[in-house]
Amino acid sequence: MTEWIAFIVTKYNYWAYISLMMIGLFAMIAKKNLIKKIIGMGIFQTAIILFFISIGAKKGATLPILYHGHAHGDAAVRAAAYINPLPHVLMLTAIVVSVATLGVALSLAVKIFQRYDTLEEDQINLTKYPFRRNVPENKEE
Amino acid sequence: MKTAGVIIVFLFGGLLVYGTLDFPDWGDPDAPASRHVSPRYIEKSLEETSVPNMVTAVLADFRGFDTLFETVVIFSAGLSCFFLLRTKRKAPEARFYRHLPTGIVLRIEKGGRLPEGSVEFERIDSIWVPHDLIIRATCRLLIPFIQLFALYVIAHGHHSPGGGFQGGVIFGAAFILYAVTHDLRDGLHRLGEKITIVLCSLGVFIYAGVGALCLFLESNFLDYAALAPVLGVDPVTARSHGILFVEIGVGIAVMAVMFAIYTNLSSVGKQDEGL
Amino acid sequence: MIWQFDLIILSLVVICAVAAISVKDLLGAAILFGAYSFMMCLLWAVMGAVDVAFTEASVGAGVSTVLFVAAVFRTTRRTTD
Repeated sequence: MTEWIAFIVTKYNYWAYISLMMIGLFAMIAKKNLIKKIIGMGIFQTAIILFFISIGAKKGATLPILYHGHAHGDAAVRAAAYINPLPHVLMLTAIVVSVATLGVALSLAVKIFQRYDTLEEDQINLTKYPFRRNVPENKEE
Repeated sequence: MKTAGVIIVFLFGGLLVYGTLDFPDWGDPDAPASRHVSPRYIEKSLEETSVPNMVTAVLADFRGFDTLFETVVIFSAGLSCFFLLRTKRKAPEARFYRHLPTGIVLRIEKGGRLPEGSVEFERIDSIWVPHDLIIRATCRLLIPFIQLFALYVIAHGHHSPGGGFQGGVIFGAAFILYAVTHDLRDGLHRLGEKITIVLCSLGVFIYAGVGALCLFLESNFLDYAALAPVLGVDPVTARSHGILFVEIGVGIAVMAVMFAIYTNLSSVGKQDEGL
Repeated sequence: MIWQFDLIILSLVVICAVAAISVKDLLGAAILFGAYSFMMCLLWAVMGAVDVAFTEASVGAGVSTVLFVAAVFRTTRRTTD
């Protein structure tokens, strides 16, 4: 029993990322509003980033920045004393790319609102506003 | 739909929990992620690039290709926002002018306009936003310091957290703040649409150009040590300087893309009236 | 690393995420998403990923909230779910 409690307690970061990922996926599947779907996508992305950062963490290690780097001289740098910088690098670029994709997603949502006058996906009526709506009705060929 | 969603989500969560059972403990120094290539980055980054911040060294030097194409992704996202939203500018139905001494608002119809450069009249948006002197004055005071901080973040990314991405976003946020507190037209007057697009491409061009310069100096693409004879320093310092050039390119591109996305989104591509 | 802090911030993150997708006002959802990003940024700063925390503070909590508010301003604020 205590083994199980220890198992749950030592991995609480992983449980948090799993629950966030489930929340994000639920919002992307079940919510009908497009902005809500985009928020769900953002939550999913940050959950993945949290997972990567949790992988890179090390107990008893410090930030991946050398203190007084140039005064350090020739003393060897021990890998165990610093947190793994590789996941940080990958996720740093992922965050900036996520805001760029967010911009594209929001422009698509705004464009949909301009054409169909709604953001709810079940109210988007494709027959009401056909694609060639600018053609005058009396001009038939 | 909702029940199907809940079932899918719980199946997904169960799979993730099943996968997590095999994971190493939290903070385990011998985890697979910390064993393969990252010890080399940690131990050699100062020696080979003379950059104390390992994240910057790995970002711009050891994994320079990755960051180059991330910058290209950001650039193309900015362009796709432009192509999705930008519409041809039509003359608005009416323009609104506010008389500054009295606060009276004039409405001029059918494309008429007051002469530009009028001291007493100021053009305002059709959606009424109260004129607030305090917000404008505070932001005028604040924006230069935000921009200075952004430049510091870019330039000091070698020694402290920061770099091209963060500095570029802060610089773009300063322009966005200007466009929010004043008009969108004022913001576009400071950083016009054409200049924004030129700056987007210039940033990517600086990054790829530094890489191509290394190629012309008979070395590999993005191997900054080849810049040493041009800069007149030893190869290790040349790598540090190469990282700085690349970060400047990233900063310019990110700054321009953030402002372009904001202006297109807040004015729905008309680029005349914003938030 | 202090596990009490970590636990409090993690629970706040989950609460913010649930609130952001369940609130009926889209402007409120955008602001809650900004708060969620700030909590996430705190969490990463506690975990030692200072560069990632800095990026999240400037990008996730700053610019993306502004983009959400701009999109809500240009569309509609009400939603049924």
